[in-house]
Amino acid sequence: MKSLANIGKRLKQLVAQPAQPSDATELLTLGEEALEHWVRAKGKEPTEDLREGYRLLALHRQGADKDPSFNACRETCRELVYHYNLLTMEPGHPESAQRARMMPLVANHLFLFISGKLESQELGDFCCASKPLREKVDETLPVQ
Amino acid sequence: MSDKKAKYQEVAYYPGCALEGSGSAYNTSTKALGKTLGLKIKEVENWNCCGAMEVKNIDPKLQTYLSSRVMSITANKMNMDTVMVPCNGCYHNLKKAEYDLANDDETVEVVDRLSKKAGHETYEAGQVETIHSLDWVKETIGEEGLRERVKKSLDGIKIANYYGCMYTRPRHIFPEKDKGPGSESTSKPHFMDDLLEAAGAENVEFPLKTACCGGAHTLSDSDTSTLLVTNILQAAEAAGAEVIATECPTCHSGLEMHQIRAEKTLGIKTNVKIIYFTQLLGMALGLKPKAVGLHENISDSFEYVKKKGLA
Repeated sequence: MKSLANIGKRLKQLVAQPAQPSDATELLTLGEEALEHWVRAKGKEPTEDLREGYRLLALHRQGADKDPSFNACRETCRELVYHYNLLTMEPGHPESAQRARMMPLVANHLFLFISGKLESQELGDFCCASKPLREKVDETLPVQ
Repeated sequence: MSDKKAKYQEVAYYPGCALEGSGSAYNTSTKALGKTLGLKIKEVENWNCCGAMEVKNIDPKLQTYLSSRVMSITANKMNMDTVMVPCNGCYHNLKKAEYDLANDDETVEVVDRLSKKAGHETYEAGQVETIHSLDWVKETIGEEGLRERVKKSLDGIKIANYYGCMYTRPRHIFPEKDKGPGSESTSKPHFMDDLLEAAGAENVEFPLKTACCGGAHTLSDSDTSTLLVTNILQAAEAAGAEVIATECPTCHSGLEMHQIRAEKTLGIKTNVKIIYFTQLLGMALGLKPKAVGLHENISDSFEYVKKKGLA
């Protein structure tokens, strides 16, 4: 599994370079690897299961377990799978070039969301919570 | 006239805190749009903060109480059965309060205790229907009604419709969505797309329409928010959009502020304009840019709308 920094670096390259429909498989894998980082950070072993035929969706579900704010990236995951399907099932479609342009941006959003959420882990959930921070502050307060 | 069309002709209006501050243009344009369409709104009397994120972080049930108070005033003091909310955060919180009060006895008990302490009637689930400003325009006027009223078509404007992550999440608090044709979709929302298309705009395929903008961390973790917003802006431009239409004051301010910040800190310049859907519809109906608060936006899109014949 790539480090989070390397996932980000590779995605940056893929966003910047001319889009290729053949990048679809790598982009899906990069999405899975970003999710694996999140699942591991939560102390779980990343699943090998499939959901609706995709490990990416199973990993997202695992990552969102008892953490509903993680569902803020649910549709981004689904869009990633959707673009993967479009590009692999209809590689010769007239819109393939445009779809190939969009897929790295979708994968990059998933990566940015997860890395931001991981970075702020000490401050609690990325989405609107500062619970662990508050708990630390509460620890220092005298007991009432 | 359908039930909803009749019911939503006059609604209670809950602007929420953001619309009195950074989202002032959304407040201005929502009111102006309603007036132009002949719809009536009555602002919720003596309203309070919905509890947004700050109170929710300290005590979720206190947030539920705060949201319930807004609905209690609507039902018990104003004798109204519908409250219209333009802000996604407030909309989400009122819907969540409604859900919790209908399904959790402990929440009912806490809200009842706090309501009695505060000296007002306790809100009971089912007294009020909370709707978003998108529902309001869609159900009362609809696409057909808009087509008939358009004075300055949005023809030639390519739009990426951005709904943000709170408008449809979590699914279970929006029981009216995902009910097939005519209802809103939680996975691929389309009400804003439908309305703007009816006003002449061309909607682009935009895969990040419900993606997170990092709004909650705009101030506490600006770098992450800037990266998320920049990716949204770049995706919108890659999709061919000239405008991102918004329907949430937090998302809107975040997109505008981080567009500027991305240029300064990352050297990434994007040109896509960020405009509230109420501003776009208002201008399509013949309102002047100032009447819909375009000058109140952080980014300057006046030259753009002038070029498109909307000024």
